[in-house]
Amino acid sequence: MITAERKPLSELVECVRPYGRILLLGCNECVTVCAAGGRKEVGLLASSLKMAFSKDGKNLDIKEITLERQCDPEYVEELAPHMGEAEAVLSMACGCGVQEVARRFMDKPVFPAVNTKFMGASERQGIWSERCAGCGDCVLGITGGICPIARCSKQLMNGPCGGSSGGKCEVDAEMDCAWQLIWDRLKALGLEKRYEENMPAKDWRPGRGAGPRKIIREDLAR
Amino acid sequence: MSQDNGMKSGSNLEKVFRAGHLAVTCECGPPKGADVEHLKKKIQMIKGYVDAANVTDNQTAVVRMSSIGASAILAQNGVEPVMQMVTRDRNRIAAQSDLFGAYALGIRNMLCLTGDHQKFGNHPFAKNVFDMDSIQLLNMVRTIRDEGKVNSGDPVEGGVSMFFGAAANPFADPFEFRVIRMAKKIHAGADFIQTQCIYDMVRFKEFMKMARDMGLHEKAFIMAGLTPLKSVGMARYMNRNVSGITIPEAIIKRLAGVPKERQAEEGIRICLEQIEELKEERGIRGFHIMAIEWEEKIPEIVERAGLYPRPAVA
Repeated sequence: MITAERKPLSELVECVRPYGRILLLGCNECVTVCAAGGRKEVGLLASSLKMAFSKDGKNLDIKEITLERQCDPEYVEELAPHMGEAEAVLSMACGCGVQEVARRFMDKPVFPAVNTKFMGASERQGIWSERCAGCGDCVLGITGGICPIARCSKQLMNGPCGGSSGGKCEVDAEMDCAWQLIWDRLKALGLEKRYEENMPAKDWRPGRGAGPRKIIREDLAR
Repeated sequence: MSQDNGMKSGSNLEKVFRAGHLAVTCECGPPKGADVEHLKKKIQMIKGYVDAANVTDNQTAVVRMSSIGASAILAQNGVEPVMQMVTRDRNRIAAQSDLFGAYALGIRNMLCLTGDHQKFGNHPFAKNVFDMDSIQLLNMVRTIRDEGKVNSGDPVEGGVSMFFGAAANPFADPFEFRVIRMAKKIHAGADFIQTQCIYDMVRFKEFMKMARDMGLHEKAFIMAGLTPLKSVGMARYMNRNVSGITIPEAIIKRLAGVPKERQAEEGIRICLEQIEELKEERGIRGFHIMAIEWEEKIPEIVERAGLYPRPAVA
């Protein structure tokens, strides 16, 4: 999923300070799962904002809506009837959702309420970690199912470097060395010989190397 | 020595190796600015005592004079440089371009590294590059030299006869993998290897045995890396803060056992004993002495180690 963390309240207060009526948007997809911008978080943020402004004697009018998916124009269209009233939009979706709302409603200021972080997985309740860098040319089949591009601090393709110590990365003692994980897994699979071959320099074009990317499925796009 | 037994670059360092001498290199960190006089003082300290000197490339990710610029100054002032190049700060376009520029300036040795993460430096907020890792860099520069082609396959105008090196850290984890990584570097194009500084002799010898079992000592010139310890404080600091370095308790005890003002001398003695011991280690072809901010001790160490005068090779 795409993970996110809510921005500090003080930053959000400053974003909406010039406005009296705002639309506060949640999203029922990834940000709900990572507890950053779902219906529950929308409710909590609305209360916090109201309280922050009521201290200054200001009554902030907040309309709360949580869409099924904010990155999808069909769902974003559901906002049209509510947009007239709003002076600004505060979106708790990931950056994709924020941009979709901004694209559809050209004349409304849209502010992000979360910082979109990474594509990751849940380690356990309340802990998410980065797993995929979206390089566009997946190497997991040869790296024991552990991604060196997303999980090695130096994106080494032939690691581990000299900074791997006791299974941890020198960049942060709490961070696993991805190449130690790869090595352990290849050994468990009896495939450590594979590692002896040098992995060639990566072609970054399927990633961001050729600018912003687009997928066109002719069979579906029609 | 290497596969075709032929001279690759004609650099002094390569000639010393191929003539069968134990080679000696040291490190020469460029200034944190354009202070050429400071650099020239360091050059004068080491001149004549080493076969070549590594010029670090923004080591520990702290901004310094470029390794190309400083290497050219070394060459002009009579010390052969080993230009270090890291992939942290340059993609393959810049790396190849810098290689050509360095060669044009008379630089004949290059050490290929991935580089310390910017987290450790004075610009932790910078964006890194890491288009390639050190092994891929080695493979690219070797292809330029041996096949006359840049990474894209386009031809190179004019030859680039350089001697390529790599670092090896026998003390990082996982241990059984460290020698394989060195093999990967040699396979990719490393003509010589400089190891991380050695304190744990038992582990190092085990590493060298694994290297010999794989025949790596016959495929590349392996230099033992050494850093003389200035004080017990430095030893403890390195143990705590430098990843992949473990200083055995016996060394720390020995340093702690002498008065503070004599600890530097004790550190040098330990270094000299290590050199003596490693002279006997099969497959060790030289010493890379990293006297961190202590370049003035290089002549003394080289002389007392019986490695002076340096050979004149034609």
